[in-house]
Amino acid sequence: MKFQFKDKRIAGILTILPSHEMTFLEEMENYNSPVNRSIKLKETMGYDRHRLVKGPVCVSDLAVHGLEYLFQQDLLRKDDFDALILVTQSPDYLMPPTSSVIQGRLQLKTDLFCMDINQGCAGFLIGLIQGFMLLDQPSIKRVVLINADVISRKVSPQDRNSYPLIGDAASITVLEQSEGAGIIHANLKMDGTRREALMIPAGGFRLPSSPETAVQVPDPDGNSRSLDNLKMNGSEVFNFVQVEVPPLIEELMETAQLGIDCIDAFLFHQPNRFMLQKLADKMKIPYEKMPSNVVEHFGNSSGVTIPLVTALNFRDRLFNKQMIVCFAGFGVGLTWSAMCLKLGPLNFCQMIDYPEPAIAPFKF
Amino acid sequence: MNSIEQILQNIRPEFDFRTSSDFIEEGLLDSLDVVTLVSDLDRTYGISIDGVDILPEHFCNLAAIEALLAKYGVNL
Repeated sequence: MKFQFKDKRIAGILTILPSHEMTFLEEMENYNSPVNRSIKLKETMGYDRHRLVKGPVCVSDLAVHGLEYLFQQDLLRKDDFDALILVTQSPDYLMPPTSSVIQGRLQLKTDLFCMDINQGCAGFLIGLIQGFMLLDQPSIKRVVLINADVISRKVSPQDRNSYPLIGDAASITVLEQSEGAGIIHANLKMDGTRREALMIPAGGFRLPSSPETAVQVPDPDGNSRSLDNLKMNGSEVFNFVQVEVPPLIEELMETAQLGIDCIDAFLFHQPNRFMLQKLADKMKIPYEKMPSNVVEHFGNSSGVTIPLVTALNFRDRLFNKQMIVCFAGFGVGLTWSAMCLKLGPLNFCQMIDYPEPAIAPFKF
Repeated sequence: MNSIEQILQNIRPEFDFRTSSDFIEEGLLDSLDVVTLVSDLDRTYGISIDGVDILPEHFCNLAAIEALLAKYGVNL
């Protein structure tokens, strides 16, 4: 499916990272694997350290911290946006929507369109597409898009397939109408027949969590996880990305009538360095145009990784200059999506920490 | 021992790959070991194995790996 948006822009990006950090070396003994095997994996995938929430910190805690920062710094006014979209796979509650929790905690205006979207690694693209569609309404001048996940709370620390790469984080992206901003092209594909490649089997209404679903079960590869934990079929996900993403980008480039060399940066979801370098090789994109340094510093925080790779590598440049970028996200669903747009100069592009010891998690 | 066997042995020194007919099915390599193997093969032979070729059937035994490398012009 193709999308086209006119006269809209990204005005600012803020990322919020838990200050708590763990290293691969510290966690290596959790895995049922010899040291030299783990070290080789670390080098190949680019694992080094990741940021994780501690204790009961939830998505709304990270989001509220980020929005309060923007209000305090006068980078965003409390009454100056008309929609709040939250993309997360780890909501505070099954109900109410966590976007409503954020609205209530910050006492935002009632004349506000709030919605939650359950999406993961393509969630930044899904959020942008939804946000830009809302901006077609005359009553909506500005949209706050929040991507946030604390999915580490659902990953078994004894799962070498998933735990070393997981990270928690949030991002706030401000979208607004902008006369003369030009055309933004996007495309999106979904295939629910492959939905079980990435899933948390228990905890919903199909299979409620219970003492039985919490039992840790070893798999043939020596990993241990329960039905309450994230389960990823690594081979299937890897193959999906390598098969589906290059033609998606090719189609987008054709629609936008741009060549690879016209793009200043390919800002892709960050699953691991190996997967990204294989994509870059396939599409003949120089590695320096496709940064793959998020997982080694922060871990893979689902839909947040695209704002994160943007801010980490280009925050100074984007404050003053414009770049032509290609975003791409791919993962749970399965879902894959890409967007080509002019990005910058931004009103803000910053990274802040969530200082867990100083702020008590929200109590109902 | 040829180079492929040496690479495999470095990844999982506890196994004898010459006696296995299916490294994946018999548990000598898991999906993450295959990633390490691809990275080592790329580096050793100066190639870049296409991501779409990173499938279990191309790494299940020595003959399959040799056939894959031949596709990339590696003469063993």
